[in-house]
Amino acid sequence: MAHQVESERLVSVFAYPMPYEWSIGLYGSKFFQEIKQNRRFVGIRCNGCGKVYVPPRRVCGPCFQELAELVALSDTGVITAFSVVNYPFIDPNTGARRPIPYTYGYIKLDGADNIFSHIINETDLSKIKVGMKVRAIFKDTAEMQGNIQDIKYFDIVA
Amino acid sequence: MGRRVAIVGVGQTYHKSHRPDVTSREMIREAVTAALADAELTIRDIDAIVIGNMDHFESINYVDTYSVEGSGGVMKPIMKVSTGGTTGATVAIAAYYHVASGLFDRVLAIGFEKNSESDTTGAIITCSDAIWDRFSYSGAIPSLATEATAYMEKYGATQEDAAIIGERDRNNALNNPFAHLRRPLTVADIMASPMLAYPIKLGDICPRSDGACACVLAADGVAQKIARKPAWFKAAAVRHTYTWFGDSTDYNKGLVSMQRASKDAYQQAGITKPAEEIDVAELYLPYTWAGLKWIEDIGFCGPGEGVRFVRDGNTHMGGKIPVNPSGGVISTNCIGATAMLRVAEAAIQVMGRGGKRQVPDVKNALATGFGGCFWSDVVILSTERP
Repeated sequence: MAHQVESERLVSVFAYPMPYEWSIGLYGSKFFQEIKQNRRFVGIRCNGCGKVYVPPRRVCGPCFQELAELVALSDTGVITAFSVVNYPFIDPNTGARRPIPYTYGYIKLDGADNIFSHIINETDLSKIKVGMKVRAIFKDTAEMQGNIQDIKYFDIVA
Repeated sequence: MGRRVAIVGVGQTYHKSHRPDVTSREMIREAVTAALADAELTIRDIDAIVIGNMDHFESINYVDTYSVEGSGGVMKPIMKVSTGGTTGATVAIAAYYHVASGLFDRVLAIGFEKNSESDTTGAIITCSDAIWDRFSYSGAIPSLATEATAYMEKYGATQEDAAIIGERDRNNALNNPFAHLRRPLTVADIMASPMLAYPIKLGDICPRSDGACACVLAADGVAQKIARKPAWFKAAAVRHTYTWFGDSTDYNKGLVSMQRASKDAYQQAGITKPAEEIDVAELYLPYTWAGLKWIEDIGFCGPGEGVRFVRDGNTHMGGKIPVNPSGGVISTNCIGATAMLRVAEAAIQVMGRGGKRQVPDVKNALATGFGGCFWSDVVILSTERP
């Protein structure tokens, strides 16, 4: 614990890493394995409401029932919303400043019914619009680590 | 059916970006002391306490116990409730449940935040899903910005349209001695401010504030003895959905949690024409576009009509349904207290204690809370005992 003097009142500073290990779950794991093996996405269908979720998970919230029917999807989708992040900030994932600008996008993957959030490889506002088609660009298989960054970003294709 | 419940006293601190002069406990005590004074009660009159703030922000795990010297909760029934941005409203609603249950007559609700004690953007990023969202998420601004881009695409709203909301709320803040940012901001100022995350500019987004707010709630029969004009709960609705953005955002449908919560609240209150029957609204609008879009979701006007409704002056002071006489979230944002300030300011309007920010002849006041990945709370307070 370091102490800084601010007038006569002191401030206590904490600036150390705190590691965690989060379970990804069976179907979440399958999502990353499918990317590594077939370079495409996999979702899961609810037999109650018919909704296809991506990434796949074990339970449909509204129906509150177990899911089991995995559905192969492609690697394409449509931009439903986006923003170009333009302010500097410290990324709590790394403790370092995240490179800016970058485009944060909500993407409806083809064949899925919910939205997938990721990065879109276009920061020029004149070249990006809601409704544009995008394709996932994956890392080289040898570099994949079974996490969300196995998808590098989405490229605009139309 | 629970007991009837009213807010009989409110207290808030002044708001600043940085309060190094006090610890959170000490700041909480300022709001609690003010609320008790407003109700002309002492801490010995309080039967139970509900308190909340944002998880991760100050790295205090158990704010219920951490804060007892500030809340007055030593050896009293006290619980923490933390629901992200909605926290303050959810705390007020939990306190309402406490009193309505019949188990407690006088309950204190407290929300607080010292945003200055951590990096707000970093702390908010930790609210997002560690496996799926945290890598691309960069805090509240871009997720709200996505909603704005979808709304602009769907209805043709412009950045100037949104800036009217910032101008309105910041202008209202001049009437509120407790507001954090008390300098007027014009549409031109907002348009000229730096672009943070398209289409949100510095002038479109709420500040980070340090501050606390407390409300005293009392049961029917007790409330009338404490306050000359209690602010009666007519409705309280909570709709919390997902923490994963992909599940909580469907921009074709709008802000579904707000639609459902307000519909539930109107049913509870017997309100069929919100814009006619509600006299003033304190809405949790963390960014300007929300002031156009969410008034559609809450039913003040129809889908796509937000811009016209605002441009016609309906939501300005003196309009049909003034929104945010306090200056709103765009002027003051101590996050764990922000939604409680909406409830407290609605109570102030119903009790007729708003001073320069008072809307004349308020019968029904509506307050909202908004949180994280697009979830909502709605409270309706009234001069009329339900």
